[in-house]
Order: sequence, then structure tokens, then C-alpha cells
Amino acid sequence: MTAPEIHNAHCVTAEDDVASVVRNIEPGEVLSINRGDEPIKVTAVTAIPAGHKIALRDFKRGENVIKYGEVIGAASEDIPKGAHVHVHNLEGLRGRGDKR
Amino acid sequence: MNSGSDSVFMGYTRADGSVGIRNHLLVLPSVVCANDTAARIALQLNGAVYVTHQHGCAQLPSDAAQTKRTLAGFGANPNVAACIVVGLGCETIQAREVAEEISKITTKPVAHLVIQEEGGTLATTAKGVRIGREMLAEISLLHREEQPLSKLILGLECGGSDAWSGLSANPAVGNASDRLIRAGGTSILSETQEMIGAEHLLAKRAVNPEVAERLFSVVRHAEEGALADGVDIRLANPTPGNRQGGLTTLEEKSLGCISKAGTEAPLQEILAFAEHPSRHGLIFMDTPGHDIESITGMVAGGAQVILFTTGRGTCTGCPIAPVIKVCSNTPTFERMSDNMDVDAGPVIAGTKTIDDIGKALFEEMLRVCSGKSTKSEDLGYGSFAINRIGPTQ
Repeated sequence: MTAPEIHNAHCVTAEDDVASVVRNIEPGEVLSINRGDEPIKVTAVTAIPAGHKIALRDFKRGENVIKYGEVIGAASEDIPKGAHVHVHNLEGLRGRGDKR
Repeated sequence: MNSGSDSVFMGYTRADGSVGIRNHLLVLPSVVCANDTAARIALQLNGAVYVTHQHGCAQLPSDAAQTKRTLAGFGANPNVAACIVVGLGCETIQAREVAEEISKITTKPVAHLVIQEEGGTLATTAKGVRIGREMLAEISLLHREEQPLSKLILGLECGGSDAWSGLSANPAVGNASDRLIRAGGTSILSETQEMIGAEHLLAKRAVNPEVAERLFSVVRHAEEGALADGVDIRLANPTPGNRQGGLTTLEEKSLGCISKAGTEAPLQEILAFAEHPSRHGLIFMDTPGHDIESITGMVAGGAQVILFTTGRGTCTGCPIAPVIKVCSNTPTFERMSDNMDVDAGPVIAGTKTIDDIGKALFEEMLRVCSGKSTKSEDLGYGSFAINRIGPTQ
């Protein structure tokens, strides 16, 4: 079955390795994402709620995640390309008194 | 009136040279114990506004000074044409002192009343209503005149953010802020905790190394507070609603938050909570991320108008300054149309650019500064909250 494409998942900069999806996404849907000047295609491997982020590459646990061209935190577990990136697998690095 | 002009607005010239965009009579309690009496006075005066708060007594000196600066700054704001300060009599922050501070900054009509001296609630209320009625008659004669944009101080605020806030509404507000500053005006960015993880970007725009270091210093102080408490900062920020909306980390929220400061304006100055800017252009004020406290601080510092972005939707208003709501996405804009003024959602849909929305927003802001009411004003919203440093003693 051919999954429908959408062209409106957003990256902020060409360096970003996550993108925000404009509507609820089901596993198997193919997203066409504008990163910099060249659209890229990524297949969702999990459900992703509208406004939430999709991984544009595989992340190893501990690797930094980039949005706005800047570090927004580090993967708290391995994240496959196409997965939902949120509080369950991405942690902030700043102000973390609990990590002291 | 020059509607549609992007170089002037219509405002009230005050004797101290500042310009009001509203003409309020404010009834202001100096202490929590005078809240009810202040409210009784204002409720009997058609056109008066009032605030209530929890402070003014039994505070550490640093907090008492900040509370007094906030109260006096609110009364001195150019949107306030006349002010009645109400105290109890035995409190740390006396009504007379607040009235004196307001009179140091401005020449507007200011009165103060002390409940214990006047002989209780009924006598104080009766006297306050008589004074207020005379003030209303006097300020009703004031009229709007053409004003340059250099007379405007804009407060930048976000609340109930979602993942789109940083992609549509915040950069659109930043675009409008850049337009105002190019025309000689001033914008205040605030919310120190929501600078954590993005401070290096704004510091690059500081006019000198001292301003950059002061920015790093206030952000470090905010972060050290969380570190010293040994808590996960995410239990406070991003908020549960932020996270449901797609924001994951504080760094992500901060990077979106600072886009309200636009892309070009140099950072001129770092202010303490409720302090007045001494320069024109982009200013940063050290406030909490808490919307109401942050807006209160900026308005006490002289901001006449607030651009407020939201993705989840909020209702917030300020008693003396119009708050213009800019929504990051069209579904929320439509669902909460009672509360939202401008839709930045077309940026996400790809049908409009940030520059398009920024221009429309700037023009709407000038209409509001010239007298057009905002949704939060129509609904009579007027929250007020003073940031505190330490515990009550």
C-alpha cells in the first residue's frame, strides 16, 4: 500500500536532525520535509502527534539532537530514524539539578 | 487619525514627556491588607481599574524594594492618567511612599489613602470614590495626539507555547519588534529561565562585552537556582501543556522563545525586574518565565503594550496595558477566537511568510496603540503578580 505524502513537516535550519509534523502521523506514512533547500523523505516508524518531532536520522544514546541549528538536548536512548522524539527519549542538558 | 501609517500612532502626551496609549485611573493597594478596600473604590468608579496582590509587608528588604519598585512603576506607567494608592497603615510599604515614588517619575494626579487613619473601610472607600470621581473628570478631558514610535515601549511575552510558537508566532513578533526598533522604538524581552540554552545567541548581539556578561550572569543565576534545588528543571519548565504541544526540553523552548527578539536589533541593556530602560532599542529584563509576573515587570518598567504569543491558547490580560495575542497555529486560533487577536498559523501552512505576519502584526499593534481594543481588554482581563525573591517572614 502506498502511504500518502505530506509536504508540511518543518525543519527550522538545514542543520536540524529533527522536524515538526503538522498533523497526527501514523506509522508507515512517508513525510516529505523541507530541510534547507532540498526536500527529504522520511518514513514514520511510530505514531507522532501534531506539533511533535520526528527523527531525521538514527541517534545513539547520548548523542546531541539539533533543532534551530542548536543543541536542544541529548538522546536518552537509541532513537531510530522516523521515530517520535519527545520526553521519553530526549533529555535537556541544562539546569538539571537531578543529575548532580 | 493616521490609520495605516507605520511611522506614528495616536497617544496621550504626559507632562513628563512619556506617552500613554490608554487613559486609566488606577487604584493600587500598597499591601495585601488593602486589596479589598482598593477594589471597593474602583468598583464604584466607572472607568477605574484596580489590581490586587499578596505583598507589601513582612518581606525581606530585597523583596520589599522590588515590590515597591513594581507598585510605583505600575502607577507611573504612562497608560495610567491618575492613581490612588491605598494602604492599611502598619505595613512595610506605606501608601504615601508609593505615591511619592510615582510623583518622582511623573506629574500625574496621585492621591494616597490610609485605612487606619481614615477610620476604616467605609470612610476610606467614600473618600477614595470622591477623589477618584474628580480625577476621572479631569483625565476625561485629555485627548490623543500624533506621536513618534520612539515613544513606544513594547513588551514581548510568550505563554502556553507549543512546538509551533518558535516557528511562526515568535519570529513574527520578532519581525514586528525589529520594525519598531528600526523606527526608533524599544522592545523588552524577558523570561530569564527561558533563556537557558539560548543565551549565547542573544549575547552575540550585545552592544558591548559588559552587557553580554550581564546576560550570562542573570541566566547563570536562574540556572543555579534549579541546580541548587537538586530538581529536574523539566518539572517546572517546559510546562505540562508545553510538552503536550510538542516542546521537549527547556533548551528547545528557550531557542523558540528568543526569536521574539527578532534577528537584527543589538541588545542594549539588561534590567532588573520592574526597572525602567535607560536606552532605546532591544532590552532584556530579568523576570521569571511566569507570564503574569513577567508582564507585570515589563509594564512596571514602562511598557505600554504587550505582544503575547501562544500555541496552546491563553486568556491573559493586563489591567493597564493592552495585550495582543498572536497564535502560532490556526486550529487553536479558531478554537479560542474569543481570546486570540492575530493568527500566525498561515506561516505553518506555507501560505504566508514570517515577514507578512510580522508586518500585519506591526500594523495591528499601531492600531491598538492608537485606541483599538484587544480581545483581553474587551473581556476585562487584568492579571497582576509581583515576582518574589525570598520567603515571607
